[in-house]
Amino acid sequence: MLAAMDTQAMHIANGIVNGPVSAIFAVIAVAALAYCVRRGRDDLDERLAPMAGLVAAFIFAVQMLNFQVLPGISGHLLGGTLAVILVGPWVGALCVSTVLIVQCLLFGDGGLTALGLNITNMALIGTAAGYLLVVALLKVLPKTPASLSATALIASIISVVAASQGFVLEYALGGTTDLSLPTISGTMAGVHILIGIGEGLIAATTVATVARVRPDLVYALRRFRSAAPTPTEVPA
Amino acid sequence: MKKKTWFWFGGLFVALLLAGVVSNFASSSPDGLDATAREGCTFNAAGEITGGTCMAQQEKDHQLAGSPLADYGIKGIDNPYLSTGLAGVAGVLITFAIGGGLFWVARRRTHQDA
Repeated sequence: MLAAMDTQAMHIANGIVNGPVSAIFAVIAVAALAYCVRRGRDDLDERLAPMAGLVAAFIFAVQMLNFQVLPGISGHLLGGTLAVILVGPWVGALCVSTVLIVQCLLFGDGGLTALGLNITNMALIGTAAGYLLVVALLKVLPKTPASLSATALIASIISVVAASQGFVLEYALGGTTDLSLPTISGTMAGVHILIGIGEGLIAATTVATVARVRPDLVYALRRFRSAAPTPTEVPA
Repeated sequence: MKKKTWFWFGGLFVALLLAGVVSNFASSSPDGLDATAREGCTFNAAGEITGGTCMAQQEKDHQLAGSPLADYGIKGIDNPYLSTGLAGVAGVLITFAIGGGLFWVARRRTHQDA
């Protein structure tokens, strides 16, 4: 039967996408996260490990802060771009996944069956899109604090819209109600541009603050701006 | 060393403040995904679907809806501000402990010291 329409729930609930498609995305999520663990271990030193724990805790906190984007519609940070800038793509995807798993198992948010769908959209697609944008933008923008903030803002907007289209793809494959996909895609993209702007402002403020007090802890400043060759692979 | 440790306490404190206090001022409107899922249906005051066609129609209950922290509140605490705030604090500490713990265990050890 119908679940209570609780406004505290923020992620895909059970039953929206059918079982087989949910299962496929669960397998994709597990495989991608295993790969992130392997790649992330190269990044995880004694400085990054506690930072990753803090980033996960911070994303959990900020995800609770729904902000109004339209009358009757709110949004919240997803966190992929913020995580990429602070701890890199591989560990970043693991940070967002940690938050989603805690929310699912302890806070009843985001269906257990839908966990793979939520991880795919927010931890994998959102982080991958954020990563590509961050690397590209930091390469072309001048090396100034303002550039880092602008990067966080722009990458967040695109990353959030990309994550929203991940849901549309999942719904196209296994949606349980017969609805127009272009309409869903358009509605999701439109509202997530606004959510992305909100997320971008939060991410830009956070990143600018960390860059000011502890620039050595900002992964993007250590890695994407150095003369070292830029990694070309993307998570997932 | 001491100078550097304040960053961690400061960061954790900000997260606890956001989840424990600011969370009570968050918007209670459905988020972008939820709002899209509800589009096309009509709802009564209790939030139940009364007609139309929308994605949320097939929504099923969460398997762990009975969890003591379900829906970002602590079961048994009636004051909504206290309930949300404490659930937020618990979430931040649990996420930090699990995430930080796993990342610490998985870290690359540069110096092999027992």
